[in-house]
Amino acid sequence: MKIELEQHIAPQLISVLEKIHDPEIPVLSIMDMGVVRFAQIVDGIVQVKITPTYSGCPAMDVVGDDIVKEFKKQDIEANVSLVLSPAWTTDWITPKGRKALEAYGIAAPLEEILDKEALLENKKIVKCPQCTSTNTKMISQFGSTACKALFKCENCLEPFDYFKCLK
Amino acid sequence: MDNSLYNYILGISDNTLILGQRLSELCGHGPNLETDIACTNIALDLLGQTRSYYQYVAKLSEGQSTEDDIAFLRTEREYKNILLVEQPNTNFGYVIIRQFFYDVFHLLLLRELQNSKDETLAAIAKKGIKEVSYHQRFSSDWVKRLGDGTKTSHNKIQEAVDDLWKFTDELFYLTEDDKSAVISGIGVDVSLLKSSYYQIVEEVLQEATLTIPELKWFRKGGKEGIHSEHMGYLLSDLQYMQRTYPNMKW
Repeated sequence: MKIELEQHIAPQLISVLEKIHDPEIPVLSIMDMGVVRFAQIVDGIVQVKITPTYSGCPAMDVVGDDIVKEFKKQDIEANVSLVLSPAWTTDWITPKGRKALEAYGIAAPLEEILDKEALLENKKIVKCPQCTSTNTKMISQFGSTACKALFKCENCLEPFDYFKCLK
Repeated sequence: MDNSLYNYILGISDNTLILGQRLSELCGHGPNLETDIACTNIALDLLGQTRSYYQYVAKLSEGQSTEDDIAFLRTEREYKNILLVEQPNTNFGYVIIRQFFYDVFHLLLLRELQNSKDETLAAIAKKGIKEVSYHQRFSSDWVKRLGDGTKTSHNKIQEAVDDLWKFTDELFYLTEDDKSAVISGIGVDVSLLKSSYYQIVEEVLQEATLTIPELKWFRKGGKEGIHSEHMGYLLSDLQYMQRTYPNMKW
């Protein structure tokens, strides 16, 4: 397992990779998630390396299959492998990705210190993606997927997911 | 193939598999929705880590085994998990104490394993630390909530502490394969984690108003493949699909 310190993505592959979405959060492309760590054409074959958000993330198998399928549409062979190092962090979600999350109804991750204050000290700082109020409350440390916690807005009364900060 | 390394890695990853399996049993059966989701999310993290280890082990075996064979087709004695993680979900107090006893150890282990000379193990450990810190936060919170809760919750969780305490010493036991892994700079000398472990555990138990057992007698055996009676039942569940429909795939 090689350690890729930076993303090495061939510019001509970006448009195809942007078509592939996280199956759990369909508004977010895998490029916006920051899970693509490497994509280059080697001897006519597209080599892609992706990294999981969480070790057990079931989306990874689907994402791998989707990448192969998407390139196949253009008669290009692709090979996908998984890399674990460096470990994914929520910092790799792009600004566009954060906006897409909010628009979809998922609160984007806060900075690490603020995240701890929200999750551990119940500070009212997570903004409701529906009405933007910070009068919100954590209901559950774990949400519908491992990467999220469940919150409730006490202003508009809507429940929502908060994407936990991972560093 | 390096058998010793193979066994060393199974010694770590069988714990995450079996604990993950136990927690998965709670899917749809948790005491309430939030804890149900939490336990199954933790199970998912643990099974994800297990897959990373098993995929690596399968690679080391040079085609002699696959990730699925390792998970599903070994006999009971070939599993190297400690006795603690195979103990049943007697009640939520037991689920939490088993989790807490393992989380504290797990985090200490991964913090050392991230410095392993083996690049893959170090990478799996680094990734796992982020997840396991969150697990420990969850289980510690619940130890305190139940211990310092009602009389009933206090008594139930104290019973779990008293009952499961005897399995904690095995966490620090080294097999011959573990010892060789330590010597080669790949493995972690778990015996050195013991004092930090009990310090953390005792702090949380005290805060939870729970009594620390004064037990001098401990059980071990799992790491050498000698399991408790519960293990057979657990495996029959775990292996059912692969035994009934050999080579089935998703």
